[in-house]
Amino acid sequence: MARRRSWTGWAFIGPFLAVFAFVFLAPIAYALYLSLFRTRLIGGTSFAGLENYERALTDPQFWSAAGRVALFLVVQVPIMLFLALLVALAIDSGRLYGKAFFRVTVFMPYAVPAVVATLMWGFMYGSQFGLVGNLNESLGLSLPDPLSPGLMLASIGNIVTWEFVGYNMLIFYSALQVVPRSLYEAAEIDGASQLRVIRSIKLPAIRGALLIATIFSIIGSFQLFNEPAILQSLAPNVITTFYTPNLYAYSLSFSGQQYNYSATVAIVMGVLTVIVAYAVQLRATRKER
Amino acid sequence: MMNINRRTLLGSAMAVSLAVTLGACGSDDGNNGTGPVTADQVQAALDAGGTVTVWAWEPTLKQVVTAFQTKYPKVKVNLVNAGTGDKQYTALQNAIAAGKGVPDLAQIEYYALPQFALGKSLTDLGSFGAGELDGTFTPGPWASVKSGGTIYGLPMDSGPMALFYNKKVFDTHGITVPTTWDEYVAAARKLHAADPKAYITSDTGDAGFTTSLIWQAGGKPFTVDGTNVKVNLADPGSQKFSTLWQQLVSEKLLAPVTGWSDAWYKGLGDGTIATLVIGAWMPANLETGVAPAKGDWRVAPMPQWTAGGTATAENGGSSLAIPKAGTNNALAYGFLKYATAGEGVKIRLDNGAFPATTADMKSDAFLNKEFPYFGGQKANQIFAQSANGVVPGWSYLPFQVYANSIFNDTVGKAYVSNTTLADGLKAWQDACVKYGKDQGFTVN
Repeated sequence: MARRRSWTGWAFIGPFLAVFAFVFLAPIAYALYLSLFRTRLIGGTSFAGLENYERALTDPQFWSAAGRVALFLVVQVPIMLFLALLVALAIDSGRLYGKAFFRVTVFMPYAVPAVVATLMWGFMYGSQFGLVGNLNESLGLSLPDPLSPGLMLASIGNIVTWEFVGYNMLIFYSALQVVPRSLYEAAEIDGASQLRVIRSIKLPAIRGALLIATIFSIIGSFQLFNEPAILQSLAPNVITTFYTPNLYAYSLSFSGQQYNYSATVAIVMGVLTVIVAYAVQLRATRKER
Repeated sequence: MMNINRRTLLGSAMAVSLAVTLGACGSDDGNNGTGPVTADQVQAALDAGGTVTVWAWEPTLKQVVTAFQTKYPKVKVNLVNAGTGDKQYTALQNAIAAGKGVPDLAQIEYYALPQFALGKSLTDLGSFGAGELDGTFTPGPWASVKSGGTIYGLPMDSGPMALFYNKKVFDTHGITVPTTWDEYVAAARKLHAADPKAYITSDTGDAGFTTSLIWQAGGKPFTVDGTNVKVNLADPGSQKFSTLWQQLVSEKLLAPVTGWSDAWYKGLGDGTIATLVIGAWMPANLETGVAPAKGDWRVAPMPQWTAGGTATAENGGSSLAIPKAGTNNALAYGFLKYATAGEGVKIRLDNGAFPATTADMKSDAFLNKEFPYFGGQKANQIFAQSANGVVPGWSYLPFQVYANSIFNDTVGKAYVSNTTLADGLKAWQDACVKYGKDQGFTVN
């Protein structure tokens, strides 16, 4: 039986598709296009094929940047999510006095723009004129310099944790809110302890939220940019122009005029992010079965 | 008013003098940007009026624009601050690449000029008869705007270096003003020993400062001949610098404070950063940025590599150039000449700028100006002397803007790890060579 094709559906998604193509697909396509060329100060633009990709895959600066954000991901994300989960469970437990107050204060840092937050922390970290310097002076301490090469990544991790614990807490908390209260009552009748309730009811119930938060955090870690970019002015010798992949792409294009290679770095990093995020998701869903 | 035709000027010195007497005979349109443009045509453009867009961050240009518009009421100058330094160059580069929104005039620092010249983005001012201005400007800046017979911009200011020191701090600790770099290191040790919170100066790795010191030491780490580039950051001048400065870095005698930060201004004000070796444009910045220390600071000649020497170097300083893609070249040149070699110069000096013009540098009013900030010292005499001592023959890389941006990736390591300055300079050289080759230059 021949069915007449209906175009009504297209008319409904048309406006969305147009915007989607324009603001989402077009930039990616343009970046891909840029990555295939090479523009030089002497000699102008020429087609380079996959040369830029070859260069990116063997570029020690790029890999040191990627390695750094991977380390950041492995250390900072678990700490942050654990803290967020702890706070969400505490608030959800109903045993906390002034629940609304805690919820708002823990979430508050997320409302502070990352740029402002980093500037603020930067002032505190200063071992010459900042809070660390003042503490050293007034209490006779000799705290290590948070902006030194060995501690910089940890200091950035601290800022990011401070910023995003509240955000992740809110995701977990709202997931906990939809758990049917009758389950808790049943558990209580069975004589289950609070810990047992958390392990057997709450955590399985918010599994989806945990996964989402993890994937967001993976993407966030790989895209680390604001915090190092701002701290760079305070510690220019520690935060190199290739400290994170995004910072590298930015420096390449804005001070080196290497737009083509910069686009390549951005694409390679995007692909890496997708692979890691997808692998995590695949693993999590397989476990569920 | 001199009427010079570019074609005639190219002939010989004799032809130049003839041209002055005969006057210009060209009558083609002054706005086409290809052929020579005579002074008459520039004048005609000024009289006819129009709009000139200028991208600059130099503060004293504001007053120049006001005076210029009063003199030529039909001309409107649109002064835009498109960012300082790097930010402006990025914007300019993008505008040139896009071929849209390019200003008629742009402020470009001397170190960045070769990069734009190389990209063929700037108009040769020789076609406007700028060659006749030879001798108007001090040799250092004039050499910086010229390359292989082409004039890419006109010098707006200059930065012959001098030693700024906090006399109060020096007197408290009985330190004499260092005349050589060895004495400077000794003073650094003495000061820091007397007051552990005080440092001779601050430094966290500054490409402009480092290259200027190498320049003064007689180093020529960058040699450029067309697209042939040589980078040698281990030449005798560079070695002199790294050996000396390494002592200050290793012994932690430098305040770990980055220039132009809040902490830096604070340190200059409270005596914890006791000296600055920097360009002669600094006084205006001290007056506004470090107002509380008024009367504490003095100026002395730059410390020398060999006792009794008079060698100095330039540090910073900008030119104004006409991008090729600008729309109104003749009018732009009218303003350019007014601001850099005409009446604009005096207006800018009155507002605290440092000149690049020989006549002003020699004038009594300039030399005898007393700076209340420096306790009434006639600091310009020291600056003018420094301008005469600038070591000739220096050149920057044709991609210095990029090179400076990766300075802290390489040389900066010496400030936070066991890497030595010499190793850092080597790493910087390697990175510059790699970039140069990538960009199609023949390097080393």
